Amino acid sequence: MIRYIGKRMMAIIPIVFIATLVTFALIHISPVDPAEAYLTAAHIYPTPELLEQKRHEFGLDRPLFEQYLNTLQRMARFDFGTSYLTNQPVWNEVKARLPATVELAAWSMLFSALVSIPLGVLAAVYRNSWIDLLSRAISYFGASIPQFWLGYLLIFFFSVRLDLLPVEGRGDWQNLILPTVTLSLVLIAVYTRMLRTSVLEQLQESYVQYARTRGIRERSIMLKHVLKIAIAPLITGMGMNMGKLLTGTIIVEQVFSWPGFGRYFVEAIFNRDIPVIQCYIFFAACLFIVCNLIVDLIQTAMDPRILAKGRAEH
Amino acid sequence: MINKWNKILKGRGTIVFCASVIALFFLVALLAPWIAPHDPIKVDLLSKLQGPSVEHWLGTDHLGRDNLSRLIYGARVSLGFAAMIFVSSLLIGVLVGSISGYAGGWLDSVLMRLCEGIMAFPNLVLVLGIVGIFGPGLMQVLLALMLVQWVYYARICRNMVVSLKERPFIAAARISGSSSWSIIRRHIIPNVQRPIVVMGTLEMGWAIMDISALSFLGLGIQPPNAEWGAMIHEGTAHIRSHPELMIYPGVLILIVVIMFNILGEALSERYGVAKLRR
Repeated sequence: MIRYIGKRMMAIIPIVFIATLVTFALIHISPVDPAEAYLTAAHIYPTPELLEQKRHEFGLDRPLFEQYLNTLQRMARFDFGTSYLTNQPVWNEVKARLPATVELAAWSMLFSALVSIPLGVLAAVYRNSWIDLLSRAISYFGASIPQFWLGYLLIFFFSVRLDLLPVEGRGDWQNLILPTVTLSLVLIAVYTRMLRTSVLEQLQESYVQYARTRGIRERSIMLKHVLKIAIAPLITGMGMNMGKLLTGTIIVEQVFSWPGFGRYFVEAIFNRDIPVIQCYIFFAACLFIVCNLIVDLIQTAMDPRILAKGRAEH
Repeated sequence: MINKWNKILKGRGTIVFCASVIALFFLVALLAPWIAPHDPIKVDLLSKLQGPSVEHWLGTDHLGRDNLSRLIYGARVSLGFAAMIFVSSLLIGVLVGSISGYAGGWLDSVLMRLCEGIMAFPNLVLVLGIVGIFGPGLMQVLLALMLVQWVYYARICRNMVVSLKERPFIAAARISGSSSWSIIRRHIIPNVQRPIVVMGTLEMGWAIMDISALSFLGLGIQPPNAEWGAMIHEGTAHIRSHPELMIYPGVLILIVVIMFNILGEALSERYGVAKLRR
């Protein structure tokens, strides 16, 4: 097991390396001169002397390779430079905004699991019934509706028409409802289909037939045996769809004026605040990689056959 | 295992229906200058925010521009750009993928690691990053989407090529003296067609959503031009008094994307290709 974990950890090193390289390259293929962008954002007129001085300060006059090594070192210490706009260390600003994004993402994951697990199981058990059709409709709908539009539709019905929930902002639990639902729908769409498929697959297995012949009630076959196995692909699915969740937070935070990292990123794009953009991209890649690793490990823990198979191959 | 809904949703009728609706949208986009009743960017403040009338079938927006005409012209941007992204990323992907799979060795490793590196980022994040660095604009969005999309085609193509390469008919072609290029063109490309058609259909839906999302954020199309995502954004300012301004373009995006998604799934079932997820 430990060897397997070690091997998986080793495998992510090149990917992290590529991620840092891409983030670094982004800055250098940019037509914007960081020194100039910094001065413009700080409302200082960029004279040639000032530009020269800033370039030296940012280390832009060094050879590329040395700059890259410097960047790597800084990133390892969570130092992503200072924001051009506020002159504050980027990481401090991000740290202040991360909890809001994590809160939104966590509630959405929870909500989508709470909806999609029963829906997926029921759709599989009562195949071809109205609930199966409903799950299918939700999955097509969720995969095809633009998230920002869904957000505004919810605002229109629940805030403007019915005046039940606040339009924007963060603080109350009421503020959380609409963003969470908006962010969840696309996840529910994916999870429900996944679970339905895997439950249907499990129901074909001989152990289900055996349990039935032994006279065990359908409900306990479902809950005690089938679901335990069928849920494994869902966990993989959750990890693989972290990207959807992350990009979802960018859009949803924008719609509901949610003061998170995603919104900060969009602001940074408008202001050409390159250190912030760089930080977000690097963060996203790391999150992606770590999630994939965690999913892998959970899967291995849940299904020891993966480990055995790996051993047989080597 | 009979599945009623599956049979309906993935049947021939569905494919024909979805394809026809999509074709209709493309036709409208193509013929926009002839069928749009008004100039989509002509401001007429005297007749702003009007309801439906004989003159303006779907009313006017906050600058008095004709909604119907803007929706029709918006289709040009959404569908046209999605198609451009599809074609260009397909070309790059197929080229890189077949070279990678065919050549093998270190070139294959380098190209595939590059693809994995790009796939390590959530799609929209990388697109936003690229747009953030090069500045907002439709061209930048197009370029960014293309740069992140081609890797999926390259991967499929490369895997198909690797599995085809060892098959007897390819070996026979090689022995009989066909050049590598003609093997790629005559034997490999026809074989990767089906998965690519499925992938492309689904991708059109994704691209339309991405373009509209970026325009909604204000990074894609710039005013006064019409695009569905941007129109939703403009409409949200009048959500209390004129919600229809944001509802019309959203409904259109939803219809088009659903059609592409259902068509893509139906085709993948029909062709027996595993569905490809982004």
